[in-house]
Amino acid sequence: MTVLSFLIPVSLALGGLWLGAFLWSLRSEQYRDLEGDQHRTLFGEHDDSPPS
Amino acid sequence: MALDAPAKGPVTRVELLVPDLRCAGCMRRVEGLLAEQPGIVSARVNLSEKRVRADLAPAFGDARALIAVLEEAGYAARLPDAETGALSAQRAEGRDLVRRIGVAGFAAMNVMLLSVSVWSGAEGATRDLLHWISALIALPTVAYSGRPFFASAISALRGRRLNMDVPISFAILLSFVGSILETARSGEHAYFDAALMLLFFLLIGRWLETNSRAEARSAAAELARLMPHETTVLVEGTRQTLAIERLGAGMTVLLAPGDRVPADGVVAEGLSEIDRALLTGESRPEPASPGTVLHAGTLNLSGPLTMTVRATGKETVLADIARVVEAASQGRSRWDGWADRAARVYAPGVHLIALLAFIGWWSVGAGWAGSLQIACAVLIITCPCALALAVPTVHSVATAQLLRSGIYLKDGSELERLASVDTVALDKTGTLTDGRMRLVGGPAKDDPAWGVARALAEASRHPAARAVAEAAVHAPPADVRDLRETPGIGVEGRLEGATVRLGRGEGNEGTVLEPSPGRRIVLGFEEHLRPDAAETVAALHRLGLNTAVLTGDRAAAAETVAKHCGIETVHAALLPGEKLAYLENRKAEGQHVLMVGDGLNDGPALAGAHASMSPAEAADASRVAAGLVWSGRGLGAVATALRVARAARARAWESFAFAALYNAVAIPLAVGGQVTPLIAALAMSGSSVVVVANALRLRFVK
Repeated sequence: MTVLSFLIPVSLALGGLWLGAFLWSLRSEQYRDLEGDQHRTLFGEHDDSPPS
Repeated sequence: MALDAPAKGPVTRVELLVPDLRCAGCMRRVEGLLAEQPGIVSARVNLSEKRVRADLAPAFGDARALIAVLEEAGYAARLPDAETGALSAQRAEGRDLVRRIGVAGFAAMNVMLLSVSVWSGAEGATRDLLHWISALIALPTVAYSGRPFFASAISALRGRRLNMDVPISFAILLSFVGSILETARSGEHAYFDAALMLLFFLLIGRWLETNSRAEARSAAAELARLMPHETTVLVEGTRQTLAIERLGAGMTVLLAPGDRVPADGVVAEGLSEIDRALLTGESRPEPASPGTVLHAGTLNLSGPLTMTVRATGKETVLADIARVVEAASQGRSRWDGWADRAARVYAPGVHLIALLAFIGWWSVGAGWAGSLQIACAVLIITCPCALALAVPTVHSVATAQLLRSGIYLKDGSELERLASVDTVALDKTGTLTDGRMRLVGGPAKDDPAWGVARALAEASRHPAARAVAEAAVHAPPADVRDLRETPGIGVEGRLEGATVRLGRGEGNEGTVLEPSPGRRIVLGFEEHLRPDAAETVAALHRLGLNTAVLTGDRAAAAETVAKHCGIETVHAALLPGEKLAYLENRKAEGQHVLMVGDGLNDGPALAGAHASMSPAEAADASRVAAGLVWSGRGLGAVATALRVARAARARAWESFAFAALYNAVAIPLAVGGQVTPLIAALAMSGSSVVVVANALRLRFVK
């Protein structure tokens, strides 16, 4: 059972990593204009400025 | 980005609403245009929200300067108002729910992993450790992710009502507290995983609901948007541009052809024709000459007019209609959804059973902790997860299904109303017909008059002329010169030295064509029906629905159209308020009427009807007042929407029935103390899957 003391923090950390990434993508408003973004992918220019 | 204009001083952020942003092309054009402007540090279009956000350097000016730049490019822009603020608030609520779903998902996954270890046989101190870690994860999650339910339940209880959130909150809280107590005494029946999974599923349901509601907007605000924003006035002989709000009674307004009338008033000078279809449903343009009364919101068609203003803003007929729309839609918001009706029956029953289980076990000496644990099991197993998930999933699958047929559903509850409809009332102009005219009769097919007719008709934008041009498309246009259109009279030209004419005849003749000197052909018109109008009405009758025509137009015109479509009941020459009154009489008789209409004059009826639909090309205000909007040339969407709504109702009740059956089996087990956390978790996810799968069957409805 000692393996648990290692596995539980690892699973929590991985889950936390996912949660952090998800909250970051929400906060940086990457879902704010889905309709516009689906067209932007087809524009020629490079677009590295999601709405701030 | 204007790199050559470094920002000096603070940059102002401005957000503008640009309603005309509709496509990727507009988005590129606007962004390109703003990037070229010196003084704009950055600008970005949000296509979903139809907004432009820009950072302006002080040198550029303020929002007004940006509005001017956009307007020069042909995009009307304005600062967000209170109504769009409400819409943004709803979107923000959706984003907030997603955040809560993310947190609940994270917690549910981790606790589930820990629970798997418990189920696989962890015992003693290990089990307690796993339980305590679960509790540590669950505590902040329940507090954060559960807030929307707790808040809604508290406000319902304050109002002495019961909604679905009351049993949900109760089950989540009690199972959490019960599990902590169980953990504290080293028991094995902790329900942390079940409580969190419940929260996760329920939040998804809640989010689906908010999402489908976010597009519904305030009818009154859109009605105001129909009004022109500026107008040209004549002050002491000079033309001035004036904002509509500053228009006052007694002012003289100049109306170019194609302008919407900004206020109520009287024609002082000029000859033209007025399209009042949006206001009255009347299909024929009406002539306007000095003395004619004009209403705000109507359209000046053919010639320039000078108008003396009598009433403005809130005193106009348009504003009157806006008030009726608002009042009518308020009456409608008092509608209990399926879920709330089910909750009223369900919640007290379940709580009573849980309470009885607690008292029962306590009295036979199970101890208060053991009794509480069993009461928890009852609540967890019966928590209306399936019930609470049934309606949102049915709504969102039905919404997607309708979208595929080009029907936009604004609110899930609209679907519920639609399912209970027994009578369909249809507007005529623009609903049964597509607003165009069609020429009937005319000269023989190879008559050279067709060529003359085409040449004359193509010179005008008048609806009758367009119908003639369409009918004459087989003939090569004759060489008519000196074409001249006189507003309200017709088009005139010269063919080989002789005068030819298409326009108003004498007296009651209607429209006449004079293709050569001395020859007159009287032309008849009828309204152009939507291609599948008759078919759709037949389909509605097959669904067992009554149909009626409600129109502001003349009885003769209405009856012709109704006969073509197979509708027997006709109510013609109705004012907007009378349409609403008709619907209210039907409601008093216990009927549920679906109103289908497009004009401004349908606005109150659309807002007040049990359910309502509008075509996409309808007046903005009607589109907003209606619960569903469809695009496309046909009328078939009405029948499709009704079929989907009825199927949705069937699926929802099936899910409710399933939940009831499942409870009938599960409650005795739970009360008997036979439900372990593993069984609870399996049963809950199992019932949710059944409910979702049942909702997905809606995809097969055509």
